[in-house]
Amino acid sequence: MSAPGAKPTLAVWKFASCDGCQLSLLDLEDELLLLADKVEIAQFLEASRATVAGPYDLSLVEGSVTTPADAERIQEVRRASRRLVTIGACATAGGIQALRNFADVEDFAAAVYAEPGYISTLATSTPIAAHVPVDFELHGCPIDRHQLLEVVSAFLAERRPQVPEYSVCIECKRRGNVCVMVAHGTACLGPVTHAGCGAICPAHDRGCYGCFGPMESPNTDSLSGWLRGLGAETPDLVRAYRTFNAAAPAFQAASEKAGR
Amino acid sequence: MSERRIETPALARVEGEGAMHVRLRGDEVLAVELRIYEPPRFFEALLRGRDLAEAPDITARICGICPVAYQTSACQAMEDALGIAVEGQLRALRRLIYCGEWIESHTLHLYLLHAPDFLGYESGFAMAADHGAVVERGLRAKKAGNRLIEVIGGRAVHPVNVRVGGFYRAPERRELEALRPELERCREEALETVRFAAGLEFPELERDYELVCLRSEREGEYPIDDGRIVSSAGIDVAPAQFGDTFEERQVPHSTALHARVRERGSYLTGPLARFNLNRERLSPLAAEAAAEAGIGAGVTNPFRSIVVRAVEILYAFDEALRLIDAYERPAEPAVAWEPRAGVGHGVSEAPRGLLYHRYELDEEGRIATAWIVPPTSQNQRSIEEDLHEFVAANTRLPDDELRHRCEQTIRNYDPCISCSTHFLRLEVERL
Repeated sequence: MSAPGAKPTLAVWKFASCDGCQLSLLDLEDELLLLADKVEIAQFLEASRATVAGPYDLSLVEGSVTTPADAERIQEVRRASRRLVTIGACATAGGIQALRNFADVEDFAAAVYAEPGYISTLATSTPIAAHVPVDFELHGCPIDRHQLLEVVSAFLAERRPQVPEYSVCIECKRRGNVCVMVAHGTACLGPVTHAGCGAICPAHDRGCYGCFGPMESPNTDSLSGWLRGLGAETPDLVRAYRTFNAAAPAFQAASEKAGR
Repeated sequence: MSERRIETPALARVEGEGAMHVRLRGDEVLAVELRIYEPPRFFEALLRGRDLAEAPDITARICGICPVAYQTSACQAMEDALGIAVEGQLRALRRLIYCGEWIESHTLHLYLLHAPDFLGYESGFAMAADHGAVVERGLRAKKAGNRLIEVIGGRAVHPVNVRVGGFYRAPERRELEALRPELERCREEALETVRFAAGLEFPELERDYELVCLRSEREGEYPIDDGRIVSSAGIDVAPAQFGDTFEERQVPHSTALHARVRERGSYLTGPLARFNLNRERLSPLAAEAAAEAGIGAGVTNPFRSIVVRAVEILYAFDEALRLIDAYERPAEPAVAWEPRAGVGHGVSEAPRGLLYHRYELDEEGRIATAWIVPPTSQNQRSIEEDLHEFVAANTRLPDDELRHRCEQTIRNYDPCISCSTHFLRLEVERL
């Protein structure tokens, strides 16, 4: 912790990402100024020019590692951080850009750039935990801002964050949603997906598409069977598991098994 | 003569990562480069082989600040390829959720990212200590915009309810009605926002841009979600002609491609372009506020873009209320479609400018090729030209002040660097 009486320092770091998860911090409109009063925002480039040298009490890391320079930078961030929390699907699972892990990155670069040689990139997009020890992972694409507030509050209070690890199904029942799979035969990844969004897709008459990644103990074999029963073909199943958390181990294994 | 070099290793209060490099010999500006080092994420490559229905959700992830823009342009491109039209209340809902994004994105930029430059603060948080009521007004407006997106889209960042053909679920009229009191309050306060922005001090810089934006084919409608592509130099083409009109080039110093008008050069897209070419289409309330703010005859100083954003915030509240008044829940939440082979083009006005998508589909509706041209990529050359002119006119400024003014010049564009799929460290090198 910082010197007695001093405010704890908060740093926000960005790697390959869309900025949506750090925006969730600015989207805490009701709590933002209070939070800014409780912590010293020492590094948050999206919001401030001011930077304070580390070490930092709490670092929030958004984004995945996709370049050689970023693979080195995350080591510096870890060294400068007392606690490090990763936020969002990119930082916790590699993000949508991890689809390159299933393809040839040179083909990818050639598809976008006339001179791919100028582009410095790694063959894979990897989560932060693949590079440095991480104190807590907050899932979601994007993360839920109320969960973010809970995680920041918990670390400031030196306690464990209260973030449930059950599936979206539980949130659906709590919200009183009709099950879209049972009632309408709509394909839904809810049974294997980490809670946190509030079951918003089923509440909008669509199946969950897994943006919070795998729950603690997902039974993807069973779900894949049910989805096939609803008419999903192999390519549909592979695509379903390969979106924003494609490289999360449980979803990667499920997509590979479905594709065999 | 000695070299002068000023560096800002990582530009702040922009969305994404970039740097700027300026080289000077005495009063002569040798080079200005905007370097975008945002790691490339290869969206156009990873979209290949995906189902057309996945494009709105996948492309939303290009930018967490303007996902609705990505979803809208993607949907419209797919609908063009499928030969379907989304009209009536479904189209109104699409415009309404887009109003929410304009409000959210513009207020974030105006109050938290750009205003601190004019008032001399490092951040919105620091500004809040002296101007608490101002920042709180901004946060209220931002929250109202986000709430609008949430009610229609399910959540503010990467909404889940948008689909090709319309929506998964159309909201009940009462759900939108419930937003009225806060939207009305924020519309009143948006008049204050326009006065606040108009009262700032603006550095001198007049530029003669080719302005490019959409013009709605519906009479009297300010461009947000669709229209023809028009410019101040006479371009007037359908979205399908984007590729014949503009081109993208790769430059070594940036992972974002540079766009230009074919055989002409740089152009400007975003609030300044929309306002100058469409201001007669603003609502009476927004037009009157613009006139009172002293910009009724148009704007050529890019630093005044903050006033234009304020007018557009006011317009977006006004338009949202108009759309809610006229809303009747449609019988079906989406227009039905069948996959087919084809090529489709979609274009809409993201808060920071024109956003173009083009897809080629196979007969099963899988994406064969994708081409996405985000606003920041289109504005890069104009940003560099602004910087060039500003630095040339202000070489006597001390390094610190010059650096700060250069950053402010870049923030005039509300550049969304992460969305330059394909942004800022500031280095000024004085030779």
